[in-house]
Amino acid sequence: MSFSVTEPTKGTKWFAGVLVVGYALITIAPLLWIIATGFKSGPDSIAYPPKVFFEPSMEGYVNLFTDRTRATQDMLEAAGEPKTWYDKIAREQGTIINGPSRYGERFLNSVIIGFGSTALCMILGTAAAYAFSRFRVPLKDDLLFFILSTRMMPPIAVAIPIFLMFRQLGLNDTHLGMILLYTAVNLSLSVWLLKGFIDEIPIEYEEAALIDGYTRFQAFYKVVLPQAATGIASTAIFCLIFAWNEYAFAVLLTSGTAQTAPPFIPTIIGVGGKDWPAVAAGATIFLLPVMVFTILLRKHLLRGITFGAVRK
Amino acid sequence: MAEVQLKGVTKTFGPDVALNNVTMTIPDGSFVVLLGPTGAGKTTTLRMVSGLDKPDTGQVSIGGRDMAGLTPAQRNVAMVFQQYSLYPHLTVRQNLEFPLKSPLLKTPQADIDRKVEETAEILQISHKLNNKATALSGGEMQRVSIGRALVRDPSVYLMDEPLSSLDAKLRADLRVELKSIQADSGATLLYVTHDQIEAMTMATHVGVLDNGSLVQFGAPREIYENPVSIYAASRLGQPRINVLPADIFGGAPSGALNIGLRPEQIIQGEGEDSFVQRVEHLGDQTRLHLTFKSHDIITVTDAHTELKSGDIVQIRPHNPFYFDASGARLA
Repeated sequence: MSFSVTEPTKGTKWFAGVLVVGYALITIAPLLWIIATGFKSGPDSIAYPPKVFFEPSMEGYVNLFTDRTRATQDMLEAAGEPKTWYDKIAREQGTIINGPSRYGERFLNSVIIGFGSTALCMILGTAAAYAFSRFRVPLKDDLLFFILSTRMMPPIAVAIPIFLMFRQLGLNDTHLGMILLYTAVNLSLSVWLLKGFIDEIPIEYEEAALIDGYTRFQAFYKVVLPQAATGIASTAIFCLIFAWNEYAFAVLLTSGTAQTAPPFIPTIIGVGGKDWPAVAAGATIFLLPVMVFTILLRKHLLRGITFGAVRK
Repeated sequence: MAEVQLKGVTKTFGPDVALNNVTMTIPDGSFVVLLGPTGAGKTTTLRMVSGLDKPDTGQVSIGGRDMAGLTPAQRNVAMVFQQYSLYPHLTVRQNLEFPLKSPLLKTPQADIDRKVEETAEILQISHKLNNKATALSGGEMQRVSIGRALVRDPSVYLMDEPLSSLDAKLRADLRVELKSIQADSGATLLYVTHDQIEAMTMATHVGVLDNGSLVQFGAPREIYENPVSIYAASRLGQPRINVLPADIFGGAPSGALNIGLRPEQIIQGEGEDSFVQRVEHLGDQTRLHLTFKSHDIITVTDAHTELKSGDIVQIRPHNPFYFDASGARLA
């Protein structure tokens, strides 16, 4: 066997493997527990010692998506035979379904606000980062530091002034207000990250495009943007994760129309205490979009920075 | 194709003077090679003409039109970058099509295909057209980069060491090819190189740059046979011109500090003794490394010479160049 200093030995590979698997288990365990709890019955979900093996139930999901009232035996009999499988599950708990819950709306709000602010953040962030990277902006370093400094205090520290501002502007509890707010918070991160990525793209490509008969904007659009795709994708994921998971602002500034899922999920009250399976079901569904988004953009994340056709 | 004129062009980058009052006329249809070491201002000159950089003072005009304020696209110049600058997200074909598809040219697809095929043929990259630009060797990238300029019909071609990373054979092929393309099409070409063979074989004119100043401009033979200074004389000729104290052979004109001797200006077998230090057989020629009065001289001798190290050979100058204290040539 040949010896190479760069090729890891078998032992090193095993060690690295064990580390990675171990870390993965630690991170995944709470996630699996949440997903499992979503399929437990009420008593199973709070059983002690905790149940790893249990009889799966759709109770949590039914409760999450429906509005129910407690019914007496008479009322249950008066309602007649359950018409659907979820009716049946509700009846078994002694409740009658009145209609859909507001989880759907809240989830949709999260989608609109999360993706809306991410998109806006990417457009503004890419433009600003390009300008900072390529043009002689007066006071560039100071401006960049200022932009970063907006990130230095906890967002919640400015919650009260923002609340007052929003009230004056009529932005309280509106989609637009939340999109603008999350964009403002995320913009510093996206400008800094994207500037780094755009700095990595040699300016020679744009110069070649300028020579090839394109305007500056066309050069940006046709040459810089495709190469910044990796950076834009990973920055977008960061922005989306923040906007998607944000709780404090959402609690303070939304109550109805524009309320996102995070402040809504803990308010799910069950019969006689927290309805943990429903909360877990809500959390599970809430995790999906970010997961799907990340998987879709995974290719860009893993590809890293392309080796350019520029000789250094 | 058009004549390119630089008038009093000066460009500084902070404290560094990249170009110092350069005035030069590149005649229509000429092949102008800029020579000079790194930092002499060759690439900056190209960038001034292309419009990628703007002169601090002075004027650039193409075809008699002042280019001030015009973008590179509006100037209709084609440029081959030293660093290739191929678009890494595109294939070779897309790279070659890119300038033809620009809003400036908006070439019909049939013409694009024809031109791309033709150019790829000339540059011997037809088989790589569908490769990603990043999946090429350095030499192939350089050829694609040349191709991206050749597909066009610009007012002037600007080339920044376009043959520098090709192997010797390909370089020789493309030298001939480029020269014949230029001669056939009557293209105006401004070309930067370190390679004096390229300069001697392709150029109709050579511009010698020294620290941002144009020190001599003329036909390659003129620069070789009639250099204005030690610096200009050293740009051309292999082996390089030998520069020795002026009075070493006696008979120096007044004011001369140095004497410059190209190999053909050294007559062997007559005059004073020198010692052969080393004999280098290069095949077609043989180089002699001599020591003459404790100065080193490199000259050329008969390919099948019997001389060997330790021998003594007489030399004397023949129509040498004399230079004054500033390095300028004495008439």
